[in-house]
Amino acid sequence: MAEYLLIIVTAIFVNNILLAQFLGICPFLGVSNKLSTATGMSGAVCFVITLATVVTWLINKYLLVRFDITYLQTIAFILVIAALVQMVEIVLKKVSPSLYQALGIFLPLITTNCAVLGVALSVVQKDMGLGQATVYAFATSLGWGLAMILFSGLREHLAMNDVPKAFKGLPIALITAGIMALAFLGFTGIGN
Amino acid sequence: MSKFHYLSDGLVKNNPTFVLVLGMCPTLATTTSALNGMEMGLATMFVLILSNIVISLIAPVVPDKVHIPVYIVVIATFVTLLELLMKAYVPAVYASLGLFIPLIVVNCIVLGRAEAFAGKNGVGASALDGIGVGLGFTLSLTVIGLIREILGSGSAFGFKLFAGDGILAFVLAPGAFLVIGYLMVLFNKYLKK
Repeated sequence: MAEYLLIIVTAIFVNNILLAQFLGICPFLGVSNKLSTATGMSGAVCFVITLATVVTWLINKYLLVRFDITYLQTIAFILVIAALVQMVEIVLKKVSPSLYQALGIFLPLITTNCAVLGVALSVVQKDMGLGQATVYAFATSLGWGLAMILFSGLREHLAMNDVPKAFKGLPIALITAGIMALAFLGFTGIGN
Repeated sequence: MSKFHYLSDGLVKNNPTFVLVLGMCPTLATTTSALNGMEMGLATMFVLILSNIVISLIAPVVPDKVHIPVYIVVIATFVTLLELLMKAYVPAVYASLGLFIPLIVVNCIVLGRAEAFAGKNGVGASALDGIGVGLGFTLSLTVIGLIREILGSGSAFGFKLFAGDGILAFVLAPGAFLVIGYLMVLFNKYLKK
């Protein structure tokens, strides 16, 4: 139990996937303008990362390793992820059209969200078991969501402020993210 | 001369990092030193040029509905090739860039150029575009890496510039965001028309 707790705390705070590992930056900068969109996106990413990690873990163990074709990892994983995202898209379109509208282009883009492939690959590289991998994937995506939601809250406030012209838009967002990352550095050492 | 602009566009007008703001993950993660940034840029350029060439060749016969998956498979193939080559000949570089080599597959620059350029243009133009954008990316990454290395560890390309350790935060995560943020400000102010 303690082992899982450690994985969770480390993945969310110490090794935050966005602010320490730099995975999934594109949607982080792209859809963080509004809190509601950011929350929806976080939910979708959470679901896709956890599901994709479990599926790719199984495929790696029972297909790629078994037939000794692990060099196909990258290709196999990206195809599985693309198919999963397509599925989530179809389900979301039926279940919540308004969220589907709000997420717009960024939903298919989860495929190219490197957080998904990144987590799937690093779980395999670190030789985690299925239980560990699932917990790690879920916690990591929670960390992604946490950073995303905090950041979009900050950006909503930024939008109301008068910033110099050259800083408008992304530059000020990046600098804000830098300060946030600085704050997250404070968690270093908790895991030890 | 007429085709030269395909090459030069990638450097400033279509600069992948500061104008298109694509491929930010490797940009932020691998620029801890000038050399790392440059290596990552070159690795991406390798995939970019080859996938641009192949995609421009097969684009006319690929059905529209499945073109994205097809492109991704082409890109993933070249990334795998690069992975195997790097593992065999430059294992140290492969180890230092780690996860970000396989992640070139999901680098939006590569798919972005395939979709926006290689799918609609000839082989020659696509190859030049790949080189141009690849160079632009390499240049940006090297510059970011250089600044972070100088500020963070007081050296440039591994050579010590001044005594002491520098400001550690610039080598760690926050420095990446801050340096890129401020560089973007400068780019907006002086180079973007």
